[in-house]
Amino acid sequence: MINFQQNHFELFGLPQRYHLDLTLMERAYRSIQSRVHPDRFVHASDAERRASMQSATQVNEAYRTLKSPLARARYLLALQSVDVADESNTAMPAEFLLQQMQWRESVEEAANQPEALAELGERLALEMKDRYAELERRLDGERDYALAAESVRKLMFLERLREEIGDALERADA
Amino acid sequence: MALLQIAEPGMSRAPHQHRLAVGIDLGTTNSLVATVRSGIAVVLNDADARALLPSVVRYFPGGATAVGYPAQAELACDPRNTIVSVKRFMGRGLKDVAYAENCPYDFLDTPGMVQLRTCAGVKSPVEISAEILRALRERAEASLAGELVGAVITVPAYFDDAQRQATKDAARLAGLDVLRLLNEPTAAAIAYGLDNAAEGVYAVFDLGGGTFDISILRLSKGVFEVLATNGDAALGGDDFDHRVFCWIVEQARPAPLSDEDTRLLLTAAREAKEHLSAHSEARITARLGTGELIDVTLPLKTFAEVTRALVQKTIAPVKKALRDAGLAVEEVNGVVMVGGATRMPQIQQAVAELFRQAPLNNLDPDKVVALGAAIQADVLAGNRAAGDDWLLLDVIPLSLGLETMGGLVERVIPRNSTIPYARAQEFTTFKDGQTAMAIHVVQGERELVSDCRSLARFELRGIPPMVAGAARIRVSYQVDADGLLSVSAREATSGVEAAVAVKPSYGLSDAQIAQMLQDSITHSGDDAQARALNELRVEAERMLEAAAAALAADADLLAAQELADIRAALDALAAVASGSDRRAITAALERVNQVTEPFAARRMDRSIHLALTGKKLEDMNI
Repeated sequence: MINFQQNHFELFGLPQRYHLDLTLMERAYRSIQSRVHPDRFVHASDAERRASMQSATQVNEAYRTLKSPLARARYLLALQSVDVADESNTAMPAEFLLQQMQWRESVEEAANQPEALAELGERLALEMKDRYAELERRLDGERDYALAAESVRKLMFLERLREEIGDALERADA
Repeated sequence: MALLQIAEPGMSRAPHQHRLAVGIDLGTTNSLVATVRSGIAVVLNDADARALLPSVVRYFPGGATAVGYPAQAELACDPRNTIVSVKRFMGRGLKDVAYAENCPYDFLDTPGMVQLRTCAGVKSPVEISAEILRALRERAEASLAGELVGAVITVPAYFDDAQRQATKDAARLAGLDVLRLLNEPTAAAIAYGLDNAAEGVYAVFDLGGGTFDISILRLSKGVFEVLATNGDAALGGDDFDHRVFCWIVEQARPAPLSDEDTRLLLTAAREAKEHLSAHSEARITARLGTGELIDVTLPLKTFAEVTRALVQKTIAPVKKALRDAGLAVEEVNGVVMVGGATRMPQIQQAVAELFRQAPLNNLDPDKVVALGAAIQADVLAGNRAAGDDWLLLDVIPLSLGLETMGGLVERVIPRNSTIPYARAQEFTTFKDGQTAMAIHVVQGERELVSDCRSLARFELRGIPPMVAGAARIRVSYQVDADGLLSVSAREATSGVEAAVAVKPSYGLSDAQIAQMLQDSITHSGDDAQARALNELRVEAERMLEAAAAALAADADLLAAQELADIRAALDALAAVASGSDRRAITAALERVNQVTEPFAARRMDRSIHLALTGKKLEDMNI
């Protein structure tokens, strides 16, 4: 069984920071998973099969969390006892909210126009790239977790928006 | 037992006999069984050298059955008692069965899963499928001259929890030990990937008799990773037959059809469809029971037109799967075609246009799933040396959630999560003093509970009375490596806890299975008692062998008292293992399990520690 006290970074033997060597993580994931996966314990006792399933589950959860930049950032903040979704923190700058409303209007206007939607998607991707770079600076460089939490909240909005553009593209395509 | 199984890569395990394991493709139209013999996967033929077993079961008064070709040959004579495409009914209520009105069966709209009234009594789709699986098991045991340790059974990737549970129940009923339920496209990817040493991103387009799956996988040395899957659990070659059938009826306008004539024309439609895979037109002739002669000719172009909507239905799932995988169509290195229905020219063409490349057809689309399942069964049975095997990472096809206020779905586990997976969510009470909470487990992508599949309902009782919102009810979902869900809930304030585990309501209860097993024993005369005893003895032997190897390797992990306890338990097991007292063997096995549990955990710890520190990751064969 794996050690359930370890955090996800420790589990994969990775430094606890936002910047991640994806190849190294995938290797660690596969190495551990190939030892604990239920496929290795088909003929085992009930207790061992249960332990294998719980371990493989935990390893999958760790992988899923670290692989996604946003989930990884939230997890890092949680390890610092910073709750991103804490209600006292969720007030967003008015300027950002205004920008969000403009984005949403643009998406609505572009509905059923695949080219316009794709262009919006590209613009959004650029903006998100900047935001993620900012997040990395705040987490790994400045270690300003309150500001990092704000970056995360903004990115949650933007990821949501990206989903919506994807949905609209799917509808326009059908 | 697994104490043995965590050997270092490259080290061979204790020598043992080759374990007989098979892969079974339980198809809508045809089923197959395959195994790995001298390192090569082969389909096992019947006594007449035929690979396919038509998935057809005929019941006779008194309970006798005919399965496969004999049943298929008499299909039009006894349509009511001759069941085809039973896979369409697995885990399904009557309202979910497409074209039920065109089926000549006497359906019973029983809760959970539909049942069929036959001359041999009421049969559930699970029992009917078990007849097919039993025929394949007997074929394999005759061919391999030995008892099977287990089977890998394939299911459509897009099967929901109820359909998977039903399939597993059918296998159990057929006396098969299920090593794993394996998704059909994943099985195909294993066979294809190993055969062609394929690396990169592959799409598997699997259109079978009754189901459509699309899976996107990343293949790399030693790892098959499913990135996303999508599909339609009610779309397949049968639907193309049905369109052709409707076209024949429109063209020929016969008098209202009897059950026998409906079956006759459906068969003619299927033959015409198959003919059109290699010809530009098909002539359809049939003499109806009324004496009326049907004689029409179906050009390929017309066939493509009447089935255009069906072909279109495969496109959206492909796009959704690519999007979930986060990939563009250009990033797909190859498209593997699986399932007999992919032989249709219009399907080949649509896939080529969609992926902008010619699909790969170099494996027999009828056999590739069974072969892949056999290869995986060989691995799971432990017939491959460590280091010479691979890791299979599959996903759940449909999101799992539960009902919240207003009939809305709260998603707990999103689709395409790598399994095994678990998630817990906290809920609270809605009213002051509320002491019970109803939990409704659903599966699907829609927002409304009424648009999703209902899997189970249960109630958590005994919540201590509190003000609304004070209770903390933690609902935990666990999906195992077969893609099967179990759910539990508990209230965690004020030290009061309650928990309940559920089995999906579409699955059969253990009592129902036991009853069916009892019934089938009475009919078949199979000596289940002897079989069960034999299985226990084998398990005991395996346990003793594995424990000895584990102790030899890692006894230093144990304190003196622990070691003494384990040895005592093993001696007790050895003393009863060759006897005929099943209860004594079971009790001794349980005792060994119990005392070796901490040992197993420590061995796994050590193994992982070695994985991460003993060697550089770069040096590992992964």
